[in-house]
Amino acid sequence: MKLLVCISKAPDTTSRIAFTDGNTRFDESGVQFIVNPYDEWYALVRAIELVEANGGSVTTITVGDASCDPIIRKALAIGATDAVRIDAIPTDSVHVAKLISDYVKDKSYDIIFAGKETIDHNSSAVPAMIAECMGLPYVAFATSIEVEGSSATLNCETTGGINNVTVNGAFVLSATKGMAEQRIPNMRGIMSARTKPLTVVEASNMTASTEVNAFKLPPASGDCVMVDSDNVAELVRLLREEAKII
Amino acid sequence: MSVLVYISTQDGKATKASLEVASFAKNMNSGDVIALVSGDISGDANLGSVGVAKVLHYSDTVTDNSQLSKLTQAAASATGASVIVFSGNNEGKAIAPRVAIAMSAGYVSGVTSLPEGKTFTRNVFSGKATAAINVNSDVSVISISPNSFGIKSEGEEAAVESFSAELGPQGVVLNGFTPTSNNGSVPLPEAVRVVSAGRGLKGPENWGIVEDLANVLGATTACSRPVGDMGWRPHHEHVGQTGITIRPDLYIACGISGAIQHLAGVNQSKVIVVINTDPEAPFFKAADYGIIGDVFEVLPKLTEAIKAL
Repeated sequence: MKLLVCISKAPDTTSRIAFTDGNTRFDESGVQFIVNPYDEWYALVRAIELVEANGGSVTTITVGDASCDPIIRKALAIGATDAVRIDAIPTDSVHVAKLISDYVKDKSYDIIFAGKETIDHNSSAVPAMIAECMGLPYVAFATSIEVEGSSATLNCETTGGINNVTVNGAFVLSATKGMAEQRIPNMRGIMSARTKPLTVVEASNMTASTEVNAFKLPPASGDCVMVDSDNVAELVRLLREEAKII
Repeated sequence: MSVLVYISTQDGKATKASLEVASFAKNMNSGDVIALVSGDISGDANLGSVGVAKVLHYSDTVTDNSQLSKLTQAAASATGASVIVFSGNNEGKAIAPRVAIAMSAGYVSGVTSLPEGKTFTRNVFSGKATAAINVNSDVSVISISPNSFGIKSEGEEAAVESFSAELGPQGVVLNGFTPTSNNGSVPLPEAVRVVSAGRGLKGPENWGIVEDLANVLGATTACSRPVGDMGWRPHHEHVGQTGITIRPDLYIACGISGAIQHLAGVNQSKVIVVINTDPEAPFFKAADYGIIGDVFEVLPKLTEAIKAL
């Protein structure tokens, strides 16, 4: 099995969110970066499990500058075979998907994995776009995958339920909770990750189809109005008359 | 000028999420709203009532996102639509990015309010910030964050025209569907009211008081991650960073401390009520209304008080 996993750098969940350059860029100073959790916990770990069971290789691919290398090494420490980094600052999901598709198109991967979204941009767009660029089937929000020969059966979350689907031949999937459990890299993994191949590829230029006009932080939330636990009727009154919500 | 909206139906009628998409499109004031429907349709699928001018109907049921993408492209070309609008539910998020690539269009996911020109606002960083995104291409493809705009009624019956297109091969075959929403309640991503509970409930046998409150409010039930992980409640009820992101009008959190990962999934709720015994629970900082108290005492009282309205 030849598997590819798209790995993105994301700010740690507890990061302070601030912006710079006239509020057009995320302020990375002092921010701890992690492998995007959906890419790591669900996509990467499940791909590694499949290769452990069936043989083959797991390659990770990332669009980003050298600041991504630590999180790529983390993915290698967890168990990826090798890694590719396309050397470009990602501008939007179309940009990322096209760069990945261009690199991957003649490399015949069996399955391309990604997390269901990144925790910074939350677009859920890149895997679907890769599928379209490459003319491949796409299974979104997959919670499980079993592979038999060239056919895969998956469960995936849809509105109000779970779809069970089958796909033959190469395809793209986005992974969500249920796919696999988080793996902590062991010392052997961390040591071997240092010498696993990380190929850096030059990116072609392209015109951006979208651009950030401005980021904005939400207005500071007002104070919480405390209601006495013996006076539940007051809460109901507030919800009805002040919040006008019931 | 026209706006094309992608519509899902249930029993031949547009779903709530789809009516919201059509209503949003109408209020963009960017020309006629044309709706694309595939599979079962009953009358105009209620689409005229939210301002749709015309419904294009493809008679076969299509489930593969590659084929649905091709169908949408064909409808967009036939109508010359400058904006194509999807719901930001799982179905829309699987199709819309494909359409954007195929049409060389810019894509903005999870839009939360009406655009200004070609600038669309969306939530980023799990609801901790918003971004205004400019689309540079001629055609814009967007998906709307569910329950961000609402449904505004206007208009008469819409005309329904049959539509056909070449869809290409089916990439993904649907074998079956297992519903997860409890007793027909609104699915969490679309829910207007949500009652959620955490470890403070002490065990799955105590969920009756949560369900009673949800019932009187017409709310959907949800839970925190530990509760889902311990198997007290099904995984599909888990809201938070790694679970479902919701944006109801009212979110009532019972016995949930409010870890940052939980807040990431619920902080777009319009009104948050927190009930917790621990006055130091971080959730109170993100709440609009709080009660420091035992859920086992407060919830039944709250249920009775709402029933009495």
